[in-house]
Amino acid sequence: MTAIWDSLGRAWRTTRGRAGAVVLLAVAAASVLGPFALPDPLAQPNILGGAILPPSLGHPFGTDELSRDVLARVVSGGRVSLTVALLAVGLSVTLGALVGLVAGYFGGAVDAALMRLVDGALAVPRLFLLLLLLAVSERVPLAVLVLLIGTTGWFATSRLVRGEILRLREESYVWAAAALGANRRRIILRHLLPNAMGPLLVAATLGVGDVILLEAGLSFLGLGVQPPAPSWGGMIMDARQVLVTAPWVGIFPGLAITITVLSANLFGDALRDAVDPRGA
Amino acid sequence: MGRWLVGRTLQALGTLLIVLLLLFILMRLAPGDPLSRLSDDQPLSAAEIASLRARYGLDRPIAAQLASFVGGLARGDLGASIEYGRPVSSLLAERLPATLLLGGAVLLLNFTVGIWLGVRQAVGRGAWADRWLTMLSLAGYATPSFWLGLVLAWLVGVRWRLLPAAGMHDPLLDPDAGLLTRSGDVLRHLVLPALTLSVVSIAGTMRHQRSSMIEALRLPYIVTARAKGLSEAAVTWRHAWRNAVFPVLTLFGLWLPVLVTGSVFVESVFAWPGLGSLAARAVGYRDYPLLMGTSLLVAVLVVLGSLLTDLAYAVLDPRVRLS
Amino acid sequence: MTRVLQVENLRVSFPDGAGHRFHPVDGVSFELRKGETLALVGESGCGKSLTSLALLRLVPPPGRVDAGSVIRLGDTDVLSLTGEALRRIRGRRIGMIFQDPMTSLNPVFTVGDQIAEGVRAHFKVSRAEARDRALRLLQEVGIPDPDSRLDAYPHQLSGGMRQRVMIAIALSAEPEILVADEPTTALDVTVQAQILEVLEALRRSRGMAVLLITHDLGIVAGRADRVAVMYAGQIVEEAPTGELFAHPSHPYTQGLFASVPRISGPVQRLTPIGGSVPPANAWPSGCRFRPRCPKAFDKSELPPELLAVGADHRMRCWLADPT
Repeated sequence: MTAIWDSLGRAWRTTRGRAGAVVLLAVAAASVLGPFALPDPLAQPNILGGAILPPSLGHPFGTDELSRDVLARVVSGGRVSLTVALLAVGLSVTLGALVGLVAGYFGGAVDAALMRLVDGALAVPRLFLLLLLLAVSERVPLAVLVLLIGTTGWFATSRLVRGEILRLREESYVWAAAALGANRRRIILRHLLPNAMGPLLVAATLGVGDVILLEAGLSFLGLGVQPPAPSWGGMIMDARQVLVTAPWVGIFPGLAITITVLSANLFGDALRDAVDPRGA
Repeated sequence: MGRWLVGRTLQALGTLLIVLLLLFILMRLAPGDPLSRLSDDQPLSAAEIASLRARYGLDRPIAAQLASFVGGLARGDLGASIEYGRPVSSLLAERLPATLLLGGAVLLLNFTVGIWLGVRQAVGRGAWADRWLTMLSLAGYATPSFWLGLVLAWLVGVRWRLLPAAGMHDPLLDPDAGLLTRSGDVLRHLVLPALTLSVVSIAGTMRHQRSSMIEALRLPYIVTARAKGLSEAAVTWRHAWRNAVFPVLTLFGLWLPVLVTGSVFVESVFAWPGLGSLAARAVGYRDYPLLMGTSLLVAVLVVLGSLLTDLAYAVLDPRVRLS
Repeated sequence: MTRVLQVENLRVSFPDGAGHRFHPVDGVSFELRKGETLALVGESGCGKSLTSLALLRLVPPPGRVDAGSVIRLGDTDVLSLTGEALRRIRGRRIGMIFQDPMTSLNPVFTVGDQIAEGVRAHFKVSRAEARDRALRLLQEVGIPDPDSRLDAYPHQLSGGMRQRVMIAIALSAEPEILVADEPTTALDVTVQAQILEVLEALRRSRGMAVLLITHDLGIVAGRADRVAVMYAGQIVEEAPTGELFAHPSHPYTQGLFASVPRISGPVQRLTPIGGSVPPANAWPSGCRFRPRCPKAFDKSELPPELLAVGADHRMRCWLADPT
């Protein structure tokens, strides 16, 4: 596990790694602490006759079509988006690692069957899989959303882990461990898994950005996080009606998405270079 | 190579079969009842619901449904759209060309602008332009396509009134207008959606072309080429790029799912009458047969695209072609 | 004999990551006369490959040739050339052969293409004419059945044939000087002799001067007219071949000879040179061989210059002037 800390440290020491990590942590901090400092995002002071205010000192991001403070909603939406992303990615990575481990270690028919399944799953874009799963139901609770997003995101990770396992299986220290009489479980847990953790962590970090974009897209189509809970994608969907007269309502949530995903990708990139044994 | 081609095609077909199975299972797994939405608009009696069930075969056992599903596919019958009331296959056929046009434009932009920028970055590695382009591409990659589309639609289409921001044709255009005028009209409508969709994909293309080009420029045969007295342009494009383009080509196959996903949003935002907006509408109307049909077609396109890029790789790389 | 190449005080530097630069090639001087073969001998890390690359200004960045170096091709000052003028001497006045023909040939172009390209870079001839010349070059380097080989790809040829192709490429623009950087190192022993024969025959028939770079003393005997031994970025001994083999004077040269197994003569223990080659960014002070030299003495703390030890025989060692 120290190898992971080393990689994280190395990534932190690069400019983009640090920039990405700092912004990401800032966004996370804002979404946790924000609701305490900002007006209630769900409060609607004036449903009828409320003005849509442009950005000002009182409302740094302006107000939306229901006179709610946009900044508060963006911060609140961030909380939802980050939570969904982290949980879903956690699920995907775990599933992917499990499947990849099984396929890579046991090989043979099991491996072939699993990988054929993965091939098929990868042929249908993830969004369509989710559309099919979400279209039919009424509003899904957040937990179900996380579950669905998580279970559609493990395919590429499983291939990655399988590849790592196949490569590591041939490494001499695995042979040595087996020769010394280590049983299967020991080999998997102590030798194979820790070495595959690096690429897994990279995939997870980059996956967070992907899920944020995906969840935003689903919310934009009305399928993700359901109103009145604020979500970045949902805010953009609502903003469509007032786009011409009040562009700030839609611009800020989009900027929030871009900045968050960008920083996740920057850090993931730096991490990838740090983990790669061949060096940057 | 013929043998490889046959094997690869069989593999593609196998993948499609698994896709079919997967989609069918998904259909049954999805929480909720496909017919419940219908009764939202107008209350249906129990008898009507039952007959609809029968019509869509939802009352038969799973195995029978699968059998008729596959059987229907073999006949080219993808069922009927709940919203439009027409065969899904004809709807798909209608909307496919618009998506292909959009996709084609995006691929063209990728293959020209994306590759050229990536090569320039690699050649001028570490320079100011290289670093800025990298930042720009990372930002482009992180931008949600639907948001970017809206921003562009508002800025370019509404505020500056430079280009149309909705639809594929100008509804006010004279129906007797010549081919050139009509093509020009479509092209003008194509610009914004194509640009939006390109931003994300070009970002990726640039990055991969840059890194594969840097790798290629490090190789010994580049020194040989220079030692022969070739111009820098010949060294860069004829020698280095001809080798550096392969990894980018194979990545096109991986880009297809991303492009297709993006097209759902971009086509919706710009009301571009393609498969993407069709899928988005189908979602809104809980039109399951239509959504299934679209997903299937999309999977076919992705598998086909992947097969074609593998083929292109095999044809262009003599080491593969002649083995 | 006319002097075709003159190198004086050549220094190549690289940045060391801490703001300073180190010199893997540190004040090398030699000259090449028309029709003769000069062997540049040394272990890996002594700077001989960089020396040869510097001749064509092919030192990879961030390395560069330092000011104060002189490289003169006849009347031309190579270091002052840029752009088109530089391109015109590469291949046309100096041709280069590299060590590993597998990676030094572009895998996606045919062998004939790569040779013809060298021709057309310097002569205004038609494609057909260039192809003809490529064919004749293949014959000249002794490739059997050259007609069919013209359209072969590098991976379809054996190592020895690939190296012959490299020679053909180097000769395509009819240079007066041929630089061969470890031309046989990557080849099987039996093929090595063949390649060296080809080089020798070509040298005679075309009257070229050859700079043969190698770590293998064995291939030098009987093939080179003169030998220069390199160590730690400097030339430490130079003499006509016979003289060097008869009277190796520098302790390093003596060490090299002592560590080469001989087939004839009494069976002796091999005596390797103790220690290891110093890294280029940390040359020892004074005489650079001092840490490993069995004959080091107090004067070795001063950096020695090239001193005469016989007719046309010099070495960089204070043993020639111990006072």
